Amino acid sequence: MAGRVLVGVKRVIDYAVKIRVKPDKTGVVTDGVKHSMNPFCEIAVEEAVRLREKKLMKEVIAVSCGPQQCQETIRTALAMGADRGIHVEVSGKDYENLGPLQVSKIMAALAKKEEASLVIVGKQAIDGDCNQTGQMTAALLDWPQGTFASEVSVDGDGLKVEREIDGGLESVRIKMPAVVTADLRLNEPRYATLPNIMKAKKKKIASVKPADLGVELTSRLEILAVEDPPQRQSGVKVESVQDLVTKLRDSGTL
Amino acid sequence: MFPACKYTLQARQCLCSLKVLQREHLPSLICATRWSSSSSTTPRITSHYTVYPRDKDPRWEGVNMERFADEADVVIVGAGPAGLSAAIRLKQLAGEQGKELRVCVVEKASQIGAHTLSGACIEPSALQELFPDWKERGAPLHTPVTEDKFGILTEKYRIPVPILPGLPMNNHGNYIVRLGHLVSWLGEQAEELGVELYPGYAAAEVLFHEDGSVKGIATNDVGISKDGSPKDTFERGMELHAKVTIFGEGCHGHLAKQLYKHFNLRQHCEPQTYAIGLKEVWVIDEKKWKPGRVEHTVGWPLDRHSYGGSFLYHLNEGEPLVALGFVVGLDYQNPYMNPFREFQRWKHHPTVLPTLEGGKRIAYGARALNEGGFQSLPKLTFPGGMLVGCSPGFMNVPKIKGTHSAMKSGMMAAETVFSKLTNENLQSETKGLCVPEYEENLKNSWVWKELYSVRNIRPSCHGLFGVYGGMVYTGIFYWILRGKEPWTLKHKGLDSAQLKPAKDCMPIEYPKPDGKISFDLLSSVALSGTNHEHDQPPHLTLKNDNIPVNNNLAIYDGPEQRFCPAGVYEYVPKETGDGMRLQINAQNCVHCKTCDIKDPSQNINWVVPEGGGGPAYNGM
Repeated sequence: MAGRVLVGVKRVIDYAVKIRVKPDKTGVVTDGVKHSMNPFCEIAVEEAVRLREKKLMKEVIAVSCGPQQCQETIRTALAMGADRGIHVEVSGKDYENLGPLQVSKIMAALAKKEEASLVIVGKQAIDGDCNQTGQMTAALLDWPQGTFASEVSVDGDGLKVEREIDGGLESVRIKMPAVVTADLRLNEPRYATLPNIMKAKKKKIASVKPADLGVELTSRLEILAVEDPPQRQSGVKVESVQDLVTKLRDSGTL
Repeated sequence: MFPACKYTLQARQCLCSLKVLQREHLPSLICATRWSSSSSTTPRITSHYTVYPRDKDPRWEGVNMERFADEADVVIVGAGPAGLSAAIRLKQLAGEQGKELRVCVVEKASQIGAHTLSGACIEPSALQELFPDWKERGAPLHTPVTEDKFGILTEKYRIPVPILPGLPMNNHGNYIVRLGHLVSWLGEQAEELGVELYPGYAAAEVLFHEDGSVKGIATNDVGISKDGSPKDTFERGMELHAKVTIFGEGCHGHLAKQLYKHFNLRQHCEPQTYAIGLKEVWVIDEKKWKPGRVEHTVGWPLDRHSYGGSFLYHLNEGEPLVALGFVVGLDYQNPYMNPFREFQRWKHHPTVLPTLEGGKRIAYGARALNEGGFQSLPKLTFPGGMLVGCSPGFMNVPKIKGTHSAMKSGMMAAETVFSKLTNENLQSETKGLCVPEYEENLKNSWVWKELYSVRNIRPSCHGLFGVYGGMVYTGIFYWILRGKEPWTLKHKGLDSAQLKPAKDCMPIEYPKPDGKISFDLLSSVALSGTNHEHDQPPHLTLKNDNIPVNNNLAIYDGPEQRFCPAGVYEYVPKETGDGMRLQINAQNCVHCKTCDIKDPSQNINWVVPEGGGGPAYNGM
C-alpha cells in the first residue's frame, strides 16, 4: 500500500529580510540576499517525512524548480528526512517568468513519472502569495485535492483531511492518489541538524530539465513594473464625531 | 617529571600552564551557577542553561543528552576573513603536498557573509599572498581608492587635514570593498578547494580531553523553549572533534571569552579595549557620487575626550552606493552617550548632509571592533587550539584596518598547523596538539611589526588634549619616528569600568530623527534583517537577574538601553506598578557584542543563539 510522496519546496527570500525594489523596476533585488525554504514548504516536508516514519509511505522525494542555488533548499529537505531530491533546472528569463501554472505542469509530469501516490506542497509561497500551485497540479492530474490541511490521516485507501476554511474547519475524505497543500497548523517542522546535513550530502539529487518532462515554460503573463507601495500617510486625530464627519465630507468619502 | 631536554621551551610552557590548571578544579562547561536570589518582585529574565544547568533541572530528567560526534583534522570556528583564510591555506598546502586533510568550518550565520560588517577599506597584501591571481578569480575588489580626505568637524565647519604619505591612514594602493561579499567569495573559493562549510550551525561549547587540551567544539542544541524547557523538536548539537581547533569568532567571541579564563591567556597582556561601529549603506544621487573617494572625520559630534569618528566611502560597483558609518570608543564615561544617535546626528553636518540628500538608505548594521592593538594581544595558542583574527585582535587602529592582519594570522595558523599535522615524528604530550610555532611565526611577521609601530597612538588619545593630542603624537612619533620610541603607553583599563555614575554626568540632548537623513532605531534594526527563532531562551544571559535594576539602572541610568544598536534592552514599568524591570528583546540582537563589553556590572554574558539567527547583512 505504501507509496511515494512528492514534496515541492521553494527557495524564497527569507521572511525577516527587508526587500528592495530594483532600480529598473523589473523586480526585487535577490543577489546576495538571504534566502531560505518557504515556511509552508517546511511544513509540507515535515508532514511527508512523518508519513514515511509511520510507514504509511515508503519514499519521500523533494522537488525544487529553479537555478543552481535551489540545491541548497533540496539539501535542507533531505536533511529533514527526504530520501532523494529532484532539481528541475530553470534559470534566467525562464526563472523570472516561472509561475504556478508552469510549476504545476512540472509537478504533474513528475508525479506521473515517479508514480507518486501523494503530492504535498505548501499552501502558498511567501513571495508570490499565489495559492495556486497545489490546486492547478491536482487539476492537471485529475486527482482529488485537500487544501489548507491542518491535519492529514490515512483512511483505508484514501486520506482524511481537516481543512482550514473561513468558517472554521472542514473534514473531507479524498481517494488516493491525491494532492494536499499544507497550512500553518499542520505540524511544527523539525530542525535540520548538522549530522543530518552531513548525511544529506550523500543522498542523491537528480537534475532534470523541463524539456525532458515535456513541459513548455512560456508564460502568458508579462511583468510591466514592480513598485513600492505608496508611503503610508500619517493619520489625523479628531476631537469629536462632528469633526470626523466634516473631515470625511471634505475628503469626498461621504 | 618530563625530561627537560626532550621538549622545546614553548611546549614546556604549554605543559606548565596545563599542569597549573589541572591543579585547580576544571569544569568542562564554564557556567556561572550563581542562583539568582530573585527578590520577590524581580521577574525572571534569564532561562539559558549556561546559567541554570540542565542536569539539576527537573524538566530535563530523562531527556537523551547524547551527542553525535564526528572527527576532522582541523575544525575552524567562524567563517570570517581569518577563519576562511586559514581553511583555504590548509587546503592549498594539502593539495601542494598531496596530503588528505579534513577541514570543517562552522559559522553561526545562515549564509557566509551574513554576519560580516566592516567599513571597509582593505589593504590587499594578505589577499595577494593567499591568491596571487585574485583578480582573475573574480574577487570583489572593484573600487581602488582614488581620493583620501580627512577632516576635523566642528558643529558647523570642517577643518581639512592633509593625509601625507607615511601617515597610517594613507590609502594609496588599497581598495574599498563590501566585506560581506569578499567573505562570500572566500567561502566559494574554500568550497572549491574541498573545505566543508557549515553555515547556520553555531559552535556553542568547547570540548576538552581528559588531559585538559581542547578536543573540539559542539554545535548549539535546538528546540529549547523560551523558559528553558525542552520542546518536541529538541535535538542535541553535534560534536566535532579535531586535532587542532582554530577559533576565529571575530571581536569579543563568546568561546574565546571562556578560553581566556580557562587557559589564563590574558595573564601578561592588558585588557582589550573596544569601539562600536555603526554602518549604513545608501544609494545616493549620481551627481554626488565620487567612486573611490575615502573620507574620514573626527571631532563633532564627539568631544575631544571621546574617541571616535566617521567614515564615508564611495563604492564603484554599478549603482551609486556609499558606505558610511560612525565609530565610538567604548571607553566613554558618560552613561547618557548613545552611539546610534551620535551617528544619526553626524549625518546632519553641513558637509555630510549634501552627499546624502535625495538618497535612499538600503542597509544598517553594527559591530564592536578592537582598539587594544599590541598591548592587548593575549597568548594565542593553547593545547589543542589557537586564536586568529579579530578574536585576539590584530586590528591596526590608526590605519583603520584589520582585515589584512586577520587574514594573515589565519594563513600563519594554517601553515604552522599543517607542518605539525604532517610531521610524522610528531610526539605530543597532549591529545589536542599544541602549536606554539604559530605565535612565534606571527611575532616575526609584518603583522607584529605593524602593530608594534602603532601601539602608542590610541593610548596617546587619553591625555589632556584627547583625540587632538593623539593626532599630534601620531605626527611626531609615527610619521617621523616610525613608532620606534622605546616606551609603550598603557590603556585605561576595562571599558566597562570607565562609566561615571549618571548623577555626575549631563544627559545629552539628541535631535529627533527626520526620517529622510536620520532615522529611528527600530526602523534601522528592521533593515538589518535580523531575526531569531522567538521560542528559545534569550541569548543575552544575565548572571544575576536583579543587577540590571539595582545597579545598572540605579547608578548608571541603564546605559544598555543607549549603547545597544538594536534596541534589545528596555527598562519598562512593571505591570504591578512598583518600579521598573529590564525587558530583553533578544530577537532584535545583531550580534555586535557591545553589551557584553560595556555593561558596567559585567553581568551580561552574550552566548550564541540557535544557529541561523542574527542579522542578514548583504555585502556589509
